[in-house]
Amino acid sequence: MPKNEAIKKALVIGSGPIVIGQAAEFDYSGAQACRVLKSQGINVVLANSNPATIMTDSALADEIYLEPLTVETVARIIEKERPDGLLAGLGGQTGLTLSMQLYESGVLQKYGVKFLGSDIEAIKKAEDRELFRETMLKIHQPCVPSDIAFDVEKAVEIAGKIGYPVIVRPAYTLGGSGGGIAADEAALRKIAATGLEMSPITQILVEKCISGWKEIEFEALRDNCGNAVAVCSMENVDPVGIHTGDSIVVAPTLTLSDKEFQMLRTASLDIIEALGIVGGCNCQFALNPDSFEYAVIEVNPRVSRSSALASKATGYPIAKISTMIAIGYNLDEIKNEITGQTCACFEPALDYVVVKVPKWPFDKFAGSSRTLGTQMKATGEVMAIGQSFIEALMKAVRGVEIKMDSLNREPLGSDDILTRLACPDDVRLFTVFEALKAGVPEQTIHDITKIDPYFISCLRQAAALENEIKEQPLTESLYLTAKKAGFPDSYIRALTGAAELPAFRYSYKMVDTCAAEFAAETPYFYSCADEHCEARELARSGKPVIMVLGSGPIRIGQGIEFDYSSVHCVWTLKEMGYDVVIVNNNPETVSTDYDTANRLYFEPLTEEDVMGIVEVEHPIGVVVAFGGQTAIKLAKALDARGVRILGTSAESIDIAEDRERFDRFLESINMSRPKAVAVESTEEALVAARILGYPVLLRPSYVIGGQGMSVVRSAQELKTYFDAILAGGVSNSVLVDKYMPGAELEVDCISDGLTVLIPGIMEHIERAGIHSGDSIAVYPPYNLSDTMTKKICDVSVKIARGLGTKGIVNIQYLIFENELYVIEVNPRASRTVPYISKVTRIPMIELASRVMLGEKLADMGYKEGLAEPARYYAVKVPVFSFEKIADANSIMGPEMKSTGEVLGIGRTKTEALYKGLCAAGIDVHAGGKAGRGILISVEDYDYSDAIRLAEKFTDLGMKIYATPDTAAAIRARGLEVTMARNIWENNDIYDLIESGAVNYIVYTGAVMDSSVGDFRLLYRKAMNARIPCMTSLDTALALADVISASYDQSRTHLVDINH
Amino acid sequence: MKKAYLVLSNGTVFEGYKIGADTEAIGEVVFATGMVGYLETLTDPSYAGQIVVQTFPLIGNYGVIPPDFEGRCAVKGYVVRSLCDAPSNFRSEGRLDAFLKANRVCGICGIDTRRLTKILREQGVMNGMISDSPTPPMRDVAAYRVEGVVAQVTSPAAQELPAQGPEKYRVALVDYGAKKSIAQCLQKRGCRVLTFPAGTPGEEILLANPDGIMLSNGPGDPAENVFEIEQIKKMIGKKPLFGICLGHQLTALALGGQTLKLKYGHHGVNQPVKEVCGSRTYITSQNHGYAVVAGSLAGVGEESFVNANDGSCEGMDYPGLHAFTVQFHPEANGGPHDTEFLFDRFLDMMERGKNA
Repeated sequence: MPKNEAIKKALVIGSGPIVIGQAAEFDYSGAQACRVLKSQGINVVLANSNPATIMTDSALADEIYLEPLTVETVARIIEKERPDGLLAGLGGQTGLTLSMQLYESGVLQKYGVKFLGSDIEAIKKAEDRELFRETMLKIHQPCVPSDIAFDVEKAVEIAGKIGYPVIVRPAYTLGGSGGGIAADEAALRKIAATGLEMSPITQILVEKCISGWKEIEFEALRDNCGNAVAVCSMENVDPVGIHTGDSIVVAPTLTLSDKEFQMLRTASLDIIEALGIVGGCNCQFALNPDSFEYAVIEVNPRVSRSSALASKATGYPIAKISTMIAIGYNLDEIKNEITGQTCACFEPALDYVVVKVPKWPFDKFAGSSRTLGTQMKATGEVMAIGQSFIEALMKAVRGVEIKMDSLNREPLGSDDILTRLACPDDVRLFTVFEALKAGVPEQTIHDITKIDPYFISCLRQAAALENEIKEQPLTESLYLTAKKAGFPDSYIRALTGAAELPAFRYSYKMVDTCAAEFAAETPYFYSCADEHCEARELARSGKPVIMVLGSGPIRIGQGIEFDYSSVHCVWTLKEMGYDVVIVNNNPETVSTDYDTANRLYFEPLTEEDVMGIVEVEHPIGVVVAFGGQTAIKLAKALDARGVRILGTSAESIDIAEDRERFDRFLESINMSRPKAVAVESTEEALVAARILGYPVLLRPSYVIGGQGMSVVRSAQELKTYFDAILAGGVSNSVLVDKYMPGAELEVDCISDGLTVLIPGIMEHIERAGIHSGDSIAVYPPYNLSDTMTKKICDVSVKIARGLGTKGIVNIQYLIFENELYVIEVNPRASRTVPYISKVTRIPMIELASRVMLGEKLADMGYKEGLAEPARYYAVKVPVFSFEKIADANSIMGPEMKSTGEVLGIGRTKTEALYKGLCAAGIDVHAGGKAGRGILISVEDYDYSDAIRLAEKFTDLGMKIYATPDTAAAIRARGLEVTMARNIWENNDIYDLIESGAVNYIVYTGAVMDSSVGDFRLLYRKAMNARIPCMTSLDTALALADVISASYDQSRTHLVDINH
Repeated sequence: MKKAYLVLSNGTVFEGYKIGADTEAIGEVVFATGMVGYLETLTDPSYAGQIVVQTFPLIGNYGVIPPDFEGRCAVKGYVVRSLCDAPSNFRSEGRLDAFLKANRVCGICGIDTRRLTKILREQGVMNGMISDSPTPPMRDVAAYRVEGVVAQVTSPAAQELPAQGPEKYRVALVDYGAKKSIAQCLQKRGCRVLTFPAGTPGEEILLANPDGIMLSNGPGDPAENVFEIEQIKKMIGKKPLFGICLGHQLTALALGGQTLKLKYGHHGVNQPVKEVCGSRTYITSQNHGYAVVAGSLAGVGEESFVNANDGSCEGMDYPGLHAFTVQFHPEANGGPHDTEFLFDRFLDMMERGKNA
């Protein structure tokens, strides 16, 4: 069947903000979908609240709505745009659920919008657990014994029938939020209650626990006439019981014989046939390792994180092909772009092994449980390609940026090794390695971990090789063996102590979908230690080559926005006539799509790995400015190896990054910073703090996202926190800054050395002390005098010029008592670039890339200084993933905790903020008129703001509740307030939450004493009741203004940023 | 480990390590792209006379599982990048290296199999030798031909395999080196299978009065099987007939068609095959170096399937003769079972034949 010509206009729904369980993979799939639709002449209407995405770029869609992904708003977009069809399966669970809600509410039917790809029946059959089980029963596909419960009693009854342990899986939640394994009734009651609360339809599945079985996934595709292929098989190294997003995964499966493999492949195809899937679908199975018994765990009738991984692992672009199918094509009518000569109706053959390793945020959530289970906790992942499991694993481990180049890790805690093996945490891989080295039998390790003996034996061989390198002289042949096993030189050096290593060069093989059966046209490479190098053989265009370094795995503090920048840089350089090579190891991203750059190297971003590619590509320069800290931290090493760093020099980067050099630089331009003292011990810190005066800000140098930063208000707090920082193994000095709770502002500048362009200034709603990534940022500033605006521009120009910036620089300011201070300067693209680019329509990355290569801003029509403000206010609101890391401390501070962001665009600041809050999932008008209240519990330094807040909410007709001391302070101002006892006193607060009497909570408190535990409990209760819990008075005050403006989603101004 | 070399007839030398039997071997070097199913590959008699290269780098992970064998291990040599010495599977009975030794198959590991595959892809299949020396007798290598291989791999005597469940049909299976799964696909559909070795006269097969005739897969150049072709001529049209792989090629030759040698054949489990009349494309398991020239059968039969990648003939229908044949392997093992329905089609044909 050729293209469906009835589709002239299609609505694509994106996945919204990055949260745990839903990361950049949907920008990758969404961007592919948009490009396919556009190339087919279809008018693309895009709805996505996430500004940091490629898919929301003006070139990717015709009409782009950075609007809240809610039924009300998207219904209005449909009403306005009248699309013929809706692509529901490309925007993750968010896009799929919203599409279903649009159908359930009749919006799609009303406007005649058809589902493109899988229809509503197919989606329902896959998503609704009851329908799904019925369907599976019909086609004799075994499901795990389970039943559905709508209340705790029913859950207990089911478990009684199928036997403990059981897994609780809440319906319609992301990344398995709220689920867990219950070993007995008591545990089940607790988990079931949480699960029911988390499920938007108060439904959970109670399932027989088959922990320890193999977890196998297939990515399948089916077209309009029933052709179906299994694109990729994947095997979780961690058995069933650990969410696949938290598992180390290999592709293809490595321990299945053809019989088991075909059994599950056939099952996948039978399932998608029975469901009537049209497009991509992910099928997850549990396979008993001791028999042919298996069970279908779950089916996702959409592209997914696994499909992104499968696409990168095989070279087969699942999202692109799914979209082609959705608009009518069949698999045999679609070309395999990698070979250019074969058709897409085939199953890729790999001649390498792929390993995915998750990236977890535990470094940000000190004290949170690192135990992994059915609820996903990873924020991102890396993929590595090798010719053996170990080679790929070694690459993945050094690429996941956990400061490791081997499998040797200091144990977490002091438990004995067998106890630690039994704990499925983020370091278990390393515990297994440690156990093997300590002589624990492989069988014992398998019995405890249920990791397949094949993988354990691979690790045993790596341990043996490590030992051989340590004990034997490093011959050329032994060295080559080590390189084939993926050991980096730093690791080999550490083992041998040898300064000189034998000669070696990396070779590069191609990912070609077909195991070399056909010639491939798309240069997508991975390194190996073979002699024969396909990258060196490749015919070159003769154009100068530029290498762009990507940003590695998505993590808190370094998210999708850096991929946005990397991709834009690549596009610009290609347009300028360069041959562009990208290096990155994140399978979720657009940058690692095989047709983004001229050549893709799927490699870890370490000095050795990057230098290997430099030796093949001989780039005229390397771009480090767009790949976040991952790329920027390689600048010095590459520079020292004679590689030209394009744009801002390695020297200037070092000035900006090294705090002492930076202080001297600021002095030279007569600028001040909050007073800071570098200290190395608690004693020095106490002295420094006494001189500066409390509160002070503590921070280690060279960090991402404010890791390890904290505001402390007393000597006691300082001691506790300083001890914690030192225990965390911070090697550099720690800085003690005077903490000044002023207004924070942020500027991104582009400089060509002559002209410095400032596209816009952002003002944060929250005062300094809260990480800029966690602050609500408003563009343009709403509270900035002309004099101060001018001053900021002048200083920015001075800094950009003084640092010799050639490209882009991000500067963060603080205004305290009408004095301007510089907080920090990042000599690279920042988190705010995509959002400011989109709102101001200044193509910041394109300009930065061009000036790096010598073009002048003046020639491109840009003037020095601040650009004219845009027509709209744009407000960036952070989004958190605390429901996934249930025990995380959610109090905002200098350490970043948000995983993603949304944008609200409006005619006024308040409208933009209203939209931003809606998009972030905060119900601004929660509770209706009656019984609305707010609970305030703050520290004494926040009393004056708390009183203002109480006044505002009283004026809104809301009831004020407060804990005793806060209540006293508010009452002293003559305001009516109801006292609620503190959490440790009685259940007042919980009762308020559960009864629905309060709709908002404002809490501030010490972040480090025992009360944090109470706060965690409070937060969790509030989260389950969907009550926003704010830890900054500024956020709450802004919210009060939004509430009083009484916007609602039926009356906002829809902004199409493309028009 | 002992050093070994794979030397191609074009002079390329790969240095690696000896695996399996400590012998040397000359054969036609072909690559197979399946990522699982090495046991089925090694025991597929159609590989007789060939040195098989596995493009997937990790081989032997799930050990040796005798129930999965398809037939006699007839490969001349085996080439892998990495051979697993610690297999893991609940059915595994040992290491693959021991299997190779027991079957006196020599092999080589530790070589760049991708580079080797690219050479075969670009220059076509060629002879090679797994040798202890980097300078083996190249004249012998060049002189080698895959010849007389059907006789080597066919079963020595006729056999009867009972139907599973109630017996519905009796099928004569001509064994040119048949994969076990062909008989199994028939048996589980209620067919009693009477296997006849290659070299059995057609009259003898017809004398058994089967409901249908199944022509199996097998190794080598189809055109050299002059006797078999003659027997097919005697049988075709008399009973419903279904041919697979070599059986497909021999039928074409028996009906006056031609076959040709493909540059590097199809040896894998991911080959797309498109229905000529119909909209479906199926993923199939394949192992062949020769193909039928569909145009040579104009007026005799109709092309039923074509390869969606290279357009080569993947199946023929001979409606007037109650016969159909396919190049690929609907019996799977290894590879997808997506076209097993063709056996049902054969059963339908036998049902109509019975009623006629």
